[in-house]
Amino acid sequence: MTGLERLPGGLVDRNRCIAFTFDGHPYLGFPGDTLASALLANGVRMVGRSFKYHRPRGVFSAGSEEPNALVQLRRGAYREPNTRATVAELFDGLDATSQNYCGSLRFDLLAVNDLLASFLGAGFYYKTFMWPQALWERLYEPVIRASAGPGRLSGDTDPDVYDRGYLHCDLLVIGSGPAGLAAALVAGRSGARTILVDEDFVMGGRLHAETHEIDGQPGGAWAGSVVAELGALENVRLLSRTTVIGAYDHGIYGAVERKTDHLPDSKGKPRQILWRVHSRRAILCAGAIERPIAFGANDRPGVMLAGAVRTYANRYAVAPGKRVGVFTNNDDGWRTAVDLAAKGVEIAAVIDTREMAPPVDVTSVEVRMGGRITTTWGRKGLKAITLATGEKIAMDCLAVSGGWNPAVHLTCHQRGRPIWRDDIAAFVPGTGLPVGMAVAGSVNGSLSCGAALREGHDAASAIMQDLGIGLAKDALPAASDESVAVMPFWRVTESRGRAWVDLQNDVTVKDIQQAHHEGYRSVELLKRYTTLGMATDQGKTANVVALAILAEHGGRSIGDIGTTIFRPPYTPVSIAVFAGRSRGKAFRPTRLTPSHVWAEGRGGTFVEASGWLRARWYPVSGETHWRQSVDREVRLTRSGVGICDVSTLGKIDIQGEDSGTFLNKVYANGFAKLPVGRVRYGLMLREDGFVYDDGTTARLGKTHFVMTTTTANDGLVFRNLEFARQCLWPGLDVHLASATEQWAQFSVAGPRSRDLLAKIVDPPFDLANDAFPLMACGTVTVCGGAPGRLFRISFSGELGYEIAVPSRYGVSFMAALMTAGEDFDAVPYGVEALGVMRLEKGHVAGNELNGQSTAKMLNLERMISRKKDCIGNVLSQRPAMNRQDGLAMMGFRPLDRSVELTAGAHFLAMDAEDRMAADEGYMTSVAHSPELGYSIGLGFIMRGPERVGETVRAWDAVNGKDIPVEIVPPHFVDPQGNRLRG
Amino acid sequence: MIIPHPLLGPRDASEFVYLGDASLIDRPDPRAADALQQFHDYLYLRDNPAGEHRELWFHEHGDRSWLVVTRNTLTHEITAVELAKKVALERGRDR
Repeated sequence: MTGLERLPGGLVDRNRCIAFTFDGHPYLGFPGDTLASALLANGVRMVGRSFKYHRPRGVFSAGSEEPNALVQLRRGAYREPNTRATVAELFDGLDATSQNYCGSLRFDLLAVNDLLASFLGAGFYYKTFMWPQALWERLYEPVIRASAGPGRLSGDTDPDVYDRGYLHCDLLVIGSGPAGLAAALVAGRSGARTILVDEDFVMGGRLHAETHEIDGQPGGAWAGSVVAELGALENVRLLSRTTVIGAYDHGIYGAVERKTDHLPDSKGKPRQILWRVHSRRAILCAGAIERPIAFGANDRPGVMLAGAVRTYANRYAVAPGKRVGVFTNNDDGWRTAVDLAAKGVEIAAVIDTREMAPPVDVTSVEVRMGGRITTTWGRKGLKAITLATGEKIAMDCLAVSGGWNPAVHLTCHQRGRPIWRDDIAAFVPGTGLPVGMAVAGSVNGSLSCGAALREGHDAASAIMQDLGIGLAKDALPAASDESVAVMPFWRVTESRGRAWVDLQNDVTVKDIQQAHHEGYRSVELLKRYTTLGMATDQGKTANVVALAILAEHGGRSIGDIGTTIFRPPYTPVSIAVFAGRSRGKAFRPTRLTPSHVWAEGRGGTFVEASGWLRARWYPVSGETHWRQSVDREVRLTRSGVGICDVSTLGKIDIQGEDSGTFLNKVYANGFAKLPVGRVRYGLMLREDGFVYDDGTTARLGKTHFVMTTTTANDGLVFRNLEFARQCLWPGLDVHLASATEQWAQFSVAGPRSRDLLAKIVDPPFDLANDAFPLMACGTVTVCGGAPGRLFRISFSGELGYEIAVPSRYGVSFMAALMTAGEDFDAVPYGVEALGVMRLEKGHVAGNELNGQSTAKMLNLERMISRKKDCIGNVLSQRPAMNRQDGLAMMGFRPLDRSVELTAGAHFLAMDAEDRMAADEGYMTSVAHSPELGYSIGLGFIMRGPERVGETVRAWDAVNGKDIPVEIVPPHFVDPQGNRLRG
Repeated sequence: MIIPHPLLGPRDASEFVYLGDASLIDRPDPRAADALQQFHDYLYLRDNPAGEHRELWFHEHGDRSWLVVTRNTLTHEITAVELAKKVALERGRDR
């Protein structure tokens, strides 16, 4: 076969042919083909190997429920494993390969598993890989991992673009079969904002797979004319190639649209889009999925679902076999024989499990009523079947129908449970549907074409009236109510050999029986013990057959056993589409400081801190190690003047009559009496009494404060202040605004900082120590009139200021500061030097404010005012948080001044064992002090203040260090604070 | 989820930050004799109802209102949304 010789009719475009490859062999197909239909047209029957036993497998279905035909598409970084050939649209140059074999598809070395099948039954993993334990890491796990999971990822970054978007509608119609089209037609003509979604690339559902007539024309033609009408309506959006993957709260649905999967090259357009659909109402018209019957060796390539065989013949004009048999327990299966015979395909026989007269008169076809297939023949493709009577019938394709299961999945995403209907022997949607969802058509158990049209039409009409949208007068399309009578028949008890239930996971009838025998009787346990219904198809064809077998053995009804819980997604979804464009640098925005451009020009190296990119240090020529740069920046700041962008600190503008009262409530120490023009250090607690944050707050006016927070807690402190303002003390007159990004703020520190600022701050502002002392603040103008704020505060311990200007001046103001500082050899310094200086000074930072520290531990307990209430005040008085023998922050220096301390080291007594039981505390921060010339650290140690001068070990097992250190007070440089007052 | 904001209309839940039980509004009196016990209970003891739950949500990517949302924890049905400030004032909180 060449792939181009087809049956009459169908939806493929014979004017053009498409060249593609499968496992390296070139083949031809037509536009409108799927990979599966094109492979069948080319006579390729074996397309993959099964997961566990590596049995040859062929195309089984014609939709997204496919368990067997999993293939890899494309090459290199574009490789996409585990794609179902039945939904992969054919395009020019498509490069597909089979998967899950060792060697080649035809000669798979792992097919040896099939011979070992008697050892690989249900729960095999749990029973086998138990002991000896030593073999787990070395043998079992590598072997399991190597053989697990059918496809392989490329391991490269996905080069395609993915997107996310939002859609809104009055009515979302899921599925475009007869019910969906009828519903969308009513809604569309009524003027409702309607979205019609279908996972297929052609709308119409099974109307293209069947030979129904609607309003006197072929069903497929009717579908085409309806889609054309809907497409012309402005209030209707058609989304083909789109799968609704989940039903979420409040009418929200997730849908994945495959925009360019079907094109050779996406040309920069999004490959897929994840839509978040906000709907007022939805109608689920997802149709039904056919189920097989279990019988001996029912997994050979050529054994297919009966409805799928019809789809290939009617829609793709492909005969899946030259001599086709039908095995059915219902009237619908007979349609396969009728349709294929009409196309001139030879029918080997129709075998119906029911003991009755043939429901359809098929002339010149062999019929075996009450027939049961016990086994099949043909190693890599079906050749014949044997009946229980012993009769052997030659055929190369067997169309099997065990009835239809409504695709109830989406009705269960809000914990709805389906209910069993005996008359159609299937589960239908029960109670607990997602709010706003209606169901219509086959998914509701109404399996005939006429019933589907009626239900879709009626459901949409009712919703239009409910929503108050005027209903267009519409005639109901007319179609036949063909018979779908079914007599439950799940498995052939006389089967010879293994009878497969779950083709994808190689679960047989015997496995289910064994699991039941071993006590796994709950359907959820059965799933996990046998792997039934797992992986890409989630048991769409297998589950109900398995439930029936479980029911048969447990004496329970299928309805009582129930299904496993259906969860999103309905079909497998690429992780990339969830990420959308939020990848790499776009995962979240990078915040740049106002002077970033200046810092870049200066050659600064940067570090990401709480989402900000901050200058870390500024190397100059000749420096080969970061320490040289940092030490220089510290030295020159302490001897002259240094400048650092500190705009990342949170700034919160607080205004209102009661601002002082409010600050008293959110800070542990008092603020109400802070004079205008002064700044105070504030300590903030959590309500549980632990230290939360710290910073300085300046009073710019009687009713105006500006609070600073640590960089990391900016957003959180703001949120908590709003909570305090709105929920705890709603009667206070106080208003908050975040000003973090509105002000560019610079630390100007060092003995020459006053001299530098004298050249920046406009006269007549007086910077003299008496006029503007430590902890003063004021509004100034700078550089000849630009607005600014000046604070005399110091994190470095030197004479220091922070000066703020509107953010837009950030770059030019930094440059102006540097120019003004030329006479004093001013240096820019980065966050490393900032950290060194705060550590030399014994100031706490994030490492010490780690959420576990109390004010007592930080030697700040006297800051908690007991004269007023504040958040955390009551619980901070808990005895355990105020133990005299508890941890306290101290300084540490190595006895051997040449060694470098490490943060994270634990303190042990000199003679203690290396055990956590002997732990006395831990080092939080370390740095090399250029001032002292050796490594220093801050840390928490038990009874710290009493132990000054004592030697302990800083034991760091992670870095293999064990360093004797002396306990010292935490202020290493200028403990009296003379410099900053100068 | 969609949260019907009393001032801004229906808003997507992703604009909000969740805090927890609305009883956090009822901060105990720090001057009470058993204040320590009351604060312990306030902070650490919460009901975990299967059903209707009044809880605090913060419209962080919006107008920064704290809201009291009455939500059914089983179905996510939202039956009432109020401004937390209004609720706090009604519950006698002031300054």
